[in-house]
Amino acid sequence: MMAELSVSGLDAAYGASQVLFGVEFDVERGETLALMGRNGAGKSTTFKAIAGLLSPRGGKVLLRGQDLAGAKPYRIARAGVGFVPEDRQVFPEHTVEENLEVAQKPGPGGGDWNVERAFQVFPMLVPLRKRMAGRLSGGEQQMLTIARSLMGNPAVLLLDEPSEGLAPLIVAQIGDLIRKLREMGTTIVLAEQNSRFCLGVATRVAVIDKGAIVWRGGVEQFRADPSVQARYLQV
Amino acid sequence: MDLGELASCLGSASCVVTQVSAGLTIGLLIFLVASGLTLIFGVLGLVNFAHGTLYMLGSYFALTAYGTTGSFLAAVGAGAFGVALVGLLMERFLLSRIYGTDVLMQLLVCYAIILILDDVVKIVWGGDFLKMDLPDAFRRPPVIIAGGIVPYYYVILFAITAAIAVILAWGMGRTRFGRTVRAAAVNPGMVGALGINTTAVFAAVFAIGSLLAGLAGALSAPIRSVVPGAGVSILIESFIVTVIGGMGSIWGALIASLLIGFTRSFGSIGFPLFTEGMMFLMMALVLLVKPSGLAGKPHA
Ligand SMILES: Nc1ncnc2c1ncn2[C@@H]1O[C@H](COP(=O)(O)OP(=O)(O)OP(=O)(O)O)[C@@H](O)[C@H]1O
Ligand SMILES: [Mg+2]
Repeated sequence: MMAELSVSGLDAAYGASQVLFGVEFDVERGETLALMGRNGAGKSTTFKAIAGLLSPRGGKVLLRGQDLAGAKPYRIARAGVGFVPEDRQVFPEHTVEENLEVAQKPGPGGGDWNVERAFQVFPMLVPLRKRMAGRLSGGEQQMLTIARSLMGNPAVLLLDEPSEGLAPLIVAQIGDLIRKLREMGTTIVLAEQNSRFCLGVATRVAVIDKGAIVWRGGVEQFRADPSVQARYLQV
Repeated sequence: MDLGELASCLGSASCVVTQVSAGLTIGLLIFLVASGLTLIFGVLGLVNFAHGTLYMLGSYFALTAYGTTGSFLAAVGAGAFGVALVGLLMERFLLSRIYGTDVLMQLLVCYAIILILDDVVKIVWGGDFLKMDLPDAFRRPPVIIAGGIVPYYYVILFAITAAIAVILAWGMGRTRFGRTVRAAAVNPGMVGALGINTTAVFAAVFAIGSLLAGLAGALSAPIRSVVPGAGVSILIESFIVTVIGGMGSIWGALIASLLIGFTRSFGSIGFPLFTEGMMFLMMALVLLVKPSGLAGKPHA
């Protein structure tokens, strides 16, 4: 079976300094892959290179078999890659509802997402509907950016550290939400440093270190191998 | 200076009506130009110094279309859509390459465009003052309100420009395209990552801004002389408007345009030699009291 998203040999650099060295992983339809790695390992750079915000120097990004590497960001998004950046980037002077409306478009994910559906799946956003997004809390903004990306009906959702900087209660809510999305059939890649959070929601794990994938396996396998965590995740 | 005359005008309803109608008409025409200028700046970050030249082209296009068809509607359409097309080509082939560069570069490229288009106009239409005839349909007796005389064409102009102002405000605030434009103005990268072709959005915004300038040029062709270089004075007025109203703010542009319109109409009675000076004085005052403009956001 063809992987939903298949990344291979991905090289990327900021100017002269190369950051990714042949990043390689597959995501099957409907699974949640945790991309784990410490500060500066290259998680965000991997996402930016997939989403086209940073032009990769080499390698392939196959979405359902179609190579998207180096395409313009809006084309990659239309092809079905939804990207939620780590700094969230809500449109601060648009209301919650308007943030969602701006992002609404058909996509290959087949989720039939629209504003009303988003409010059903994200009930915490309902009372905030008319509020300016810039005035939401960090957790609310995180929920909004996830909902906003889903409005494009992506085939694959890239979530960059959604738990970062949030209170434990909110982190738990976001974990519930990710599990709910998975049950709805959404394919997700989740970049995280927080392994407790990650292991609660992921189905498989890929570990990235110094710009390359160094370990791959199932969640149980990962749990059973503390040396991986010690070597690549704890500081 | 004749402030006594101004005071006596303000004491007479008929004089006030006449001057207010003139001020509204002039102000709303400036608004059409200034709103495009401020929209383009707000969204594209580009100071379009060639905006007045687009206005001038609108007048010439209207003149020629009216001369050949005799239809006012065709004249206005040619001015608006012809200039939108010119603007689109300008954006695609020249200006889109200098987004994000410093304002000096923008000034240089726009100045080149101004010189080239002024010369093209001289070659095609000659360097003399031209004037578009007022269509017969508008040669009607003026409307009299409270004894004040309001030329019939002013009523038409007021209706058209006010409608455009409303459409513009509604379009930017209430439509999906408007929301997308506002989002792209703040964070084009994120808008692109959501699947929206920001290059096309920017081109559309530039074309809309150009259309407004061309429309204003066409509408003012019957009441102002059409001449190469006519874009300069309207450009300066539009800049004053954007500074007073706040760069990037449509509402600010509307308020400031009306302010300039009234300064012109009432100033022509009270201080005819100082109307231009008065506009700059107001600009300086606003800059002193609220440097970001009446409706502008404070600079970070
Ligand atoms: N805009 C940039 N310019 C230059 N170097 C950068 C830039 N962004 C990231 N880097 C470098 O690239 C490397 C990978 O960074 P990246 O942001 O991908 O890491 P990360 O795994 O997402 O880390 P974090 O967990 O802190 O978000 C780091 O060494 C970082 O310093
Ligand atoms: Mg990161």
